[in-house]
Amino acid sequence: MNLGWLHPPTGTKASPQEILLPVRGWYIALTLLTALVIDLLALPALVQQVRPDFIALTLVYWVVYHPRRVGFLPAWVLGLTMDVADGSLFGQHALAYAVLMYLAILFHRRIVMFGMRQQVLHVLAILLASQVIMLGVRLMAGAEFPGPLYFLSSLFGAALWPVLFNVIRIPLRPRADPDAA
Amino acid sequence: MEYSPPPFFKRGPSLLTRFAFFSLLSVVLLISDARFSYLQVVRQVIAAVAYPLQRLSTLPEVLAERVAEFFVTQAQLRRENDQLKRQELLDATALQVQKSLDAENQHLRQLLGLRERMSREVITAEILYANRDPFTRRVVVDKGFQHGVKPGLAVVDDVGVVGQVTRVFPWISEVTLVTDKEQAVPIQLLRSGLRGVTFGVGYDGTLELRFMPVNADIQNGDLLVTSGIDGTYPPGLPVATVTNIERNAAYAFARITCTPAAGVNNFRQVLIVSGGETLPDNPMAEDDSGPRARKGKK
Repeated sequence: MNLGWLHPPTGTKASPQEILLPVRGWYIALTLLTALVIDLLALPALVQQVRPDFIALTLVYWVVYHPRRVGFLPAWVLGLTMDVADGSLFGQHALAYAVLMYLAILFHRRIVMFGMRQQVLHVLAILLASQVIMLGVRLMAGAEFPGPLYFLSSLFGAALWPVLFNVIRIPLRPRADPDAA
Repeated sequence: MEYSPPPFFKRGPSLLTRFAFFSLLSVVLLISDARFSYLQVVRQVIAAVAYPLQRLSTLPEVLAERVAEFFVTQAQLRRENDQLKRQELLDATALQVQKSLDAENQHLRQLLGLRERMSREVITAEILYANRDPFTRRVVVDKGFQHGVKPGLAVVDDVGVVGQVTRVFPWISEVTLVTDKEQAVPIQLLRSGLRGVTFGVGYDGTLELRFMPVNADIQNGDLLVTSGIDGTYPPGLPVATVTNIERNAAYAFARITCTPAAGVNNFRQVLIVSGGETLPDNPMAEDDSGPRARKGKK
């Protein structure tokens, strides 16, 4: 498969690369667990419909910036947990997250090259792909199409990407050198 | 951006292999869940592990409610108190009549040699959250099989039928609302006694009464109550009111739309009605024990 056309043209303005502290395994686990709790939050039905999927967003972040640290297995297990908590079909979120992981790993070198606005578009495409997978699975299982508002969740998710990007990085930013004072 | 590193940088199976493995596994799970529902045990285990997280995530809402309760004004309480007193007075008179009617009814039943209706056990439950799955109409309540909830039990609120318990976990259970797609409730028209079955259509606030002949005696505003012949729902509970009837002679059946009676989306406490009557076995099923009969029974 020739994916040469996917490479950004040379000379594109890359996002400023920060120097961050090394990421520890427990920090990744903590962020994913927090995302799970946020996803489980009991919200009014209207908000529930358009609530972005924080697990998907967090997974995309870790895969894009640390592709060797998060594998398919944790994503898949998180998917199963979401299936049980949601009462959806068993394996629906798991499959969607597998697709999401695949796309994120496939594009991670490309995504980090771009500035924040272009990154949002990439994340939007990845989130939409995982939502389309879920929609396809449910339609095949005989559910009713929940209406176009269903896709708002991805839009909000992509819009939150810059926020998530900065929040996850807070503990990773090096503190001012204590010896300097 | 798939590339193959030199063999001395081996990093396990390739991306495509891993993706194919996990998606295949998911598809196998999907099919076994959608077609055969084999995975109840796995579901139970994961649900038990995720339970503390689920409770944790309902915490903000509970806290917000506590704070809101704390700031209830005295005027509000007075008003509510007055209202409740008035309601109690009304209820008391109704109860007195009810008691005498109950006694009379029991007496008549005994005279007629009818089975005494079993009193049903009732479990009060609180709705933890509406289900996040946008494809179904379900809610999760805070009572599970530790409290005696079983799949298939009817769930009602103070106005009418809410739905039916479909999945039971140790401490919580899932209730499918009557508005869920293809969720069926056997009903009877209060006015004419006509029996039928309502089906959910997958939208909020709409039920469909299917398989009614075009000339059936149904009017707008008719109240549908549970018929009780299924042995699941106690008889006589309001389910819905008829809101729209489309009679078209070109079709065999009329298109009848109803609005559910219970505020299927706006209530907090519900009752899980357990201990239904055990109905005698279907005599038709015993006649021929061929595969067709089995299928029909299911």
